[in-house]
Amino acid sequence: MLLEVDHLEVEFATGQGPLHAVRGVSFEIGEGEVLGVVGESGSGKSVTAHSILRLLPGNGAIVGGDIRYRGGSVLQYSPAALRSFRGPKVSIIFQEPGRSFDPIYTVGKALEETLRAHNPEMPETEVRERSIQLLRETHVPYAEQRLHNYPHQFSGGLLQRIMIALALASDPDVLIADEPTTALDVTIQAQIIELLLELKEKRNLAIIFITHNLALISEIADRILVMYGGLAMEYGAAGEVLAHPRHPYTRALLASILILGEHYSKETLHTVSGGTPDPRRPEPGCPFAPRCPLARAACRETVPALVADGTYHRCILAGEKPEDLYARD
Amino acid sequence: MLEISKLYKAFSLEAGFFAPVGRYVYAVNGVSFTMKRGEIFGLVGESGCGKTTTARLVVRTYPIDDGSIVFTDNEGAVFDVGRLDHKRLKLLRSKVKYIFQDPAKSLNPRMTILEVLTAGYRYQESWPGKRQAREEAAEMLREVGLSPDDLERRPADFSGGQRQRISIARALITQPELLICDEVVSALDVSIQGQILQLLLRLREQYGFGMLFIAHDLAVVSYICDRVGVMYRGMLMEIAPAQRLIEAPTHPYTKHLYASVPTLEPVAAGDPEAGQHARGRRAGGARTTRFGEVPDPTVPPAGAGTELMQVAEDHYVSALFSA
Repeated sequence: MLLEVDHLEVEFATGQGPLHAVRGVSFEIGEGEVLGVVGESGSGKSVTAHSILRLLPGNGAIVGGDIRYRGGSVLQYSPAALRSFRGPKVSIIFQEPGRSFDPIYTVGKALEETLRAHNPEMPETEVRERSIQLLRETHVPYAEQRLHNYPHQFSGGLLQRIMIALALASDPDVLIADEPTTALDVTIQAQIIELLLELKEKRNLAIIFITHNLALISEIADRILVMYGGLAMEYGAAGEVLAHPRHPYTRALLASILILGEHYSKETLHTVSGGTPDPRRPEPGCPFAPRCPLARAACRETVPALVADGTYHRCILAGEKPEDLYARD
Repeated sequence: MLEISKLYKAFSLEAGFFAPVGRYVYAVNGVSFTMKRGEIFGLVGESGCGKTTTARLVVRTYPIDDGSIVFTDNEGAVFDVGRLDHKRLKLLRSKVKYIFQDPAKSLNPRMTILEVLTAGYRYQESWPGKRQAREEAAEMLREVGLSPDDLERRPADFSGGQRQRISIARALITQPELLICDEVVSALDVSIQGQILQLLLRLREQYGFGMLFIAHDLAVVSYICDRVGVMYRGMLMEIAPAQRLIEAPTHPYTKHLYASVPTLEPVAAGDPEAGQHARGRRAGGARTTRFGEVPDPTVPPAGAGTELMQVAEDHYVSALFSA
């Protein structure tokens, strides 16, 4: 397996004691696969992704579980091994491309720096050729001329394309995309999704796509991981999770998103009452229990184990959930 | 209730000594539409299309360059927004209330919720005195699903969804007739968005206010709005009932915009193999149309102020960019 995350646990040290941001998350991703990670704010989805690159802030630490790349534990890597892992093996792009560039360098310079970081000997002409080639691959128009432009001279959509070009400069196997389209308009979002799918095909690139938008994930993911309160609530094939969600949280999430063309009448939208759990005040039991219409006393006592039945899901009521709980009319 | 005709607004780029001279960003270019009493009218479009500027002009955040905005209240009093004196403007702003996108940035963290709710209210002529206002504030909190006990707490004690409820309570306390909702659910989690939309709909039922609803999320707009206007480069391209825009979008830009919205494809359901990559499989798509990159906003678009043509009942389309 290309990349495996195995019972990952992440803690942050805070003034009020340790904050358990990720509480045992497992998934795997093979070559050319797209894993969609969906969750609301505070669900631990970004922390999970950043942990893969060991990019946690100073007060964060991986306290349990393992991350394996082609069988070897990333957690055991020496600093040198980590340097040749970040970039050449796994690369990452972020939400706001405008904030990920140094404004005083041209994008050509940014590409050159990345290319040279992994190949210090690369001659000038090759750097230039590779840079142009990368910009063409990500469909940046007038690639040659635009190498000389500064980040502020690009629109958000184009900057995100250049960000992707930068991530590809080190020729990774896995691309982590952390809410790459959240700051962009829907029209540009559709273009970026299309670009990612094209790269996946051409380069056999594996993608970990993080978002809060379940509709968006249905357009790109082969498999879906649904996170809530630092836990993997459901994990399985995209079609299965979307068509036959087993977990009440996945079902609630699917029922509460608005789909263009399906919701005309102002009556049909289901809403989930309550708010997302506060990781600073964890409660025992299933984190969704306070908002779950099916919750019973046992749900509030212990965190349910993962059950494999069509999908992996974490619910003690597996198998006895009435199908029409959130039926759409 | 609200009649906007041939509205124009450009912002000067001359921000400092070294800034370019005589260059403008043409934000709103000849926008005209009317809103009926109690109606929910949506404005959609990409960032920079002028939808927020249009909304802000309604409460005269900036002076109007050209055109007119006329608001008529329930008693039949007419407010020509561009020409109001200070006192009438204040009155207008108690009848037309603005709710912002980010409740974390639009609530003063030092104020208690009581102060937040009454800070603007106390300068209105309808100010009923401290004790009565406190009762009204408590009642309003109950209306938006919070508790009167929350009056003494501060914004930091609340989650994003709760803060947006406070913003709504603040807007409603002066009994406005028109609410301007500028991306009010964009910053919220999916499961919270629905709650806020339902709350707005319920309160509208109860108080009968109209809403000018701005959002980039077309699914949200289509759900809550009666009619929707599509904006591009500061101009309206199409106005139609929300449902009609989905079923029969007419202007090429509307088609481009609506085709970009991700949907939970029914094919994705059922067959896990065939379900993959609904987007990738969708033939043609809206990818590379000429609306791909928005042109330079410092060049005024040709044809600004062109009237829309009626193509069906309640359905108007611009002739611009359609060939």
